[in-house]
Amino acid sequence: MPVPTAFDVLGDPTRRHVLDLLRDDDHTVTELVDALDMSQPAVSKHLRVLRDAGLVAARVDGPRRVYSLRPEPLAELDAWLAPYRKFWRGKLAALQRHLARDG
Amino acid sequence: MTAPTIASTDRIEETVLLRAPRSRVWRALTDAQELGAWFGVRFDDDATIAPGQTLRGHITIPGYEHVTMEIVIGEVVPESRFSWRWHPNATDPTADYSAEPMTLCTFTLDDAPRGDTRLTLVESGFDALPAARRADAFRSNGRGWQGQLQKRIPAYLAGELR
Repeated sequence: MPVPTAFDVLGDPTRRHVLDLLRDDDHTVTELVDALDMSQPAVSKHLRVLRDAGLVAARVDGPRRVYSLRPEPLAELDAWLAPYRKFWRGKLAALQRHLARDG
Repeated sequence: MTAPTIASTDRIEETVLLRAPRSRVWRALTDAQELGAWFGVRFDDDATIAPGQTLRGHITIPGYEHVTMEIVIGEVVPESRFSWRWHPNATDPTADYSAEPMTLCTFTLDDAPRGDTRLTLVESGFDALPAARRADAFRSNGRGWQGQLQKRIPAYLAGELR
């Protein structure tokens, strides 16, 4: 079975929430469980999916497991939207010119 | 919580300052023929922008006349908010996009100093697009009439609308 891509795993709102939290700071599983108000097995399952897709990394810190964001896939995801941003900048600039010309 | 970077995978936001009053901007957005003039699409002559209406048209950019554009109008709140749904980058005439989720394009008008208007465009719903199409679009580097427009038709971008 192919490893899920960042695109695949982002469809889930809980996983997006996990990424939001990790954007602010690294977190332990316990901290994420508290913030998400979900069971630990459920959170761990989402973390595994995110890890397999390369979006988060885990490291051991004494007795704790700490999760952090991996920036490269996120930069890729953001780059995917770049053509759409460019498209709209062009259209809005066209509207500016249209209004300047037609008054 | 401040708006996180991750949220941006689902939406994009662009803002422009327009040197025109809101009533003028509103007309340019919601008169179908005028919208088509600056957007680069020729809608059917009887096209009317109203909630729930579907508007179809052909792209008027040279070389892309075979590409049709279809939008489903959402909100029409005079001089305030205007939205439509569509399939972004739906440029393959042989493809059937109808089963795919549409994105939502929302235009919001606000007052700016000196009688000008600030127009904000938010396109949202990208996360719901099928992973396969997102990956394909990524690999093709966003080609399609929008991408080609930026590369091949600088005269159009410079405002040489005819």
